[in-house]
Amino acid sequence: MSRMSYSKALGTAIAEEMRRDENVLCIGLDLAYYGGAFGVTRGLAEEFGTDRIMNMPISEAGYTGLAVGAAATGLRPVVELQFGDWVTIASDQLVNQAANMRYMFGGTLSIPMVMRLPCGGGGSAGAQHSHMFESWFSFVAGLKVAAPSTPADAKGLLKTAIRDNNPVIFFEHRQCYQLQGEVPDDPEYLIPFGKADIKREGKDITIVTYSYMVHMALEAAKILEKDGISAEIIDLRTIKPLDTDTIINSVKKTNRVLCLQETWLTCSVASEVAAIISEQAFDYLDAPVKRFGSPDCPVPFAPVLENYVLPNTDKIVRAVKEMF
Amino acid sequence: MDLKLRIKMFRDMYTIRVFEEKVRVLAMQNKLPGFFHLYVGEEAIAVGVCSALNKDDYITSTHRGHGHLIAKGGDINKAMAELYGKATGYNKGKGGSMHIAAPELGILGTNGIVGGGIPIATGAALSAKYKKDGRVAVAFFGDGASNQGTFHEAINIGAAFNLPVIYVCENNLYGVSTRQTTVRKVEDIAVRAQAYGIPGVIVDGTDPDEVYKVAKEAVDRARRGEGPTLIECKTYKHHTHFVGDTDSYMNKEELEAWKKKDPIAVYPKRLIEEGIIDEDGINQIKKEVEEAIEKAIEFSENSPDPRPESALEDVYAD
Repeated sequence: MSRMSYSKALGTAIAEEMRRDENVLCIGLDLAYYGGAFGVTRGLAEEFGTDRIMNMPISEAGYTGLAVGAAATGLRPVVELQFGDWVTIASDQLVNQAANMRYMFGGTLSIPMVMRLPCGGGGSAGAQHSHMFESWFSFVAGLKVAAPSTPADAKGLLKTAIRDNNPVIFFEHRQCYQLQGEVPDDPEYLIPFGKADIKREGKDITIVTYSYMVHMALEAAKILEKDGISAEIIDLRTIKPLDTDTIINSVKKTNRVLCLQETWLTCSVASEVAAIISEQAFDYLDAPVKRFGSPDCPVPFAPVLENYVLPNTDKIVRAVKEMF
Repeated sequence: MDLKLRIKMFRDMYTIRVFEEKVRVLAMQNKLPGFFHLYVGEEAIAVGVCSALNKDDYITSTHRGHGHLIAKGGDINKAMAELYGKATGYNKGKGGSMHIAAPELGILGTNGIVGGGIPIATGAALSAKYKKDGRVAVAFFGDGASNQGTFHEAINIGAAFNLPVIYVCENNLYGVSTRQTTVRKVEDIAVRAQAYGIPGVIVDGTDPDEVYKVAKEAVDRARRGEGPTLIECKTYKHHTHFVGDTDSYMNKEELEAWKKKDPIAVYPKRLIEEGIIDEDGINQIKKEVEEAIEKAIEFSENSPDPRPESALEDVYAD
């Protein structure tokens, strides 16, 4: 085990996979020397050279498509967008091309690529540098979606993503990059997709969440404990595939569930989880399933406005208490 | 130029022509599902370019893509069966006309998104350069695609990294019904190459010898590590945008003028005049091609439908 940041854990995962497989390369803005917008690839160009840590022009559709073509012909590109919000610019290459190609072509080729998206609110970044589009991509057949919360998960999931033979959209929350944690040194430390992690056991309510909200939920659970409410926190880790079994088993135990996410609730991951629970565990519920996230408005700039919109520990505590 | 290659170019062009004319009839008879964009009139481009490629070189194609598939060596049985939506088709009936790939021939897909294949071909060229395997990639696209952002972004990347890629614009003057010079200031698309610091070449897209010549030069250049070339092929489609479309927007006089340059009529005459082949030889090729297409239709009609539940297969790779 080594103690390191989420950012360093991601960089370590990439470096290990690049040493293991010469077909792995990184494509994105300012990746070499500068290390990418959040320092994830810092130091990698020195080891692997700029043929494998490639700086691109500011052409999100162009270099995402470049990665799709490279993946279709035997490479394993890891693409970083400077901010995940800009995935809109690259979306045709992900949705109409990457996600469909294996299927349309009758399984004759595959697209093993990872799309790394730094994302999420906080810090007054405004509406074009704060959003997360995990719900959009989870909707698309042919894609996989991961959203780790801790340094260890970041490493284990990114390594799995790089070895996966499908396009993986990898959401990295900006507020997680500097979080520190213990990370296994084992270069074969792989976290399978579709396996949620119970980050905290509890008996009175299940909070199903992912990404940075896991940490907010854990803080909320400490406060709730003092008020006699024992919360179980499920970190989905991957949204697609989704670990339905872990969710249902937990709900059967706690009989209450809060589906928590940072982003808009309309047609969201939280809505999907709520629907699955109502289909599969309705008889076990002692209270209606509750969703909690952001209202349907863009993330604002002013701290007072941003705090009003984004979920936080106090709001989660209140939301849970309303269920008892 | 190799004489056998020129005869093969005629055979390939004629195969595309007969294939496409048959598809038109079959589609009108509702024997084929979906809709079809025919390559009739543009055959010399796919054939001229692909004749300059090796079997393992890559291409990306377009919605008007049957010609590229055949010119790159595609099996007409499997191609036709895919249009029929049969299990024996190239992609087991999952892709159809606009989504056919044959990776074993370097064909990375026809594409329903205009301009969608340009960055993908550039990525295949990145693979070739990265692996130093000597391959090149060709992106086929239309005049309309040259106004997409992907055209600009991908060619800039291809040029910046000296990737072994050839950008082949098939300028048939119209995007669906819109004459492209009414939505574009410049007459020639090739001039845009200057903006990327690469050669831009204009060629008569009805002349397979000329297309081959410029393609060969671009391919050699790419293999030498000198980067991309943009080739603009001036051409014209003989039919409407898709089979069954109104022809109200088509300029009859313009069409007749271009039909005088029809490679299927002009090229065999040239081969005969140059003494490369005689009339009988041409007729023999035509007969063989026509029989092969009939067999492809027979093969397709006798092929099984896909199992309905196979719809759920091939979504994800293991």
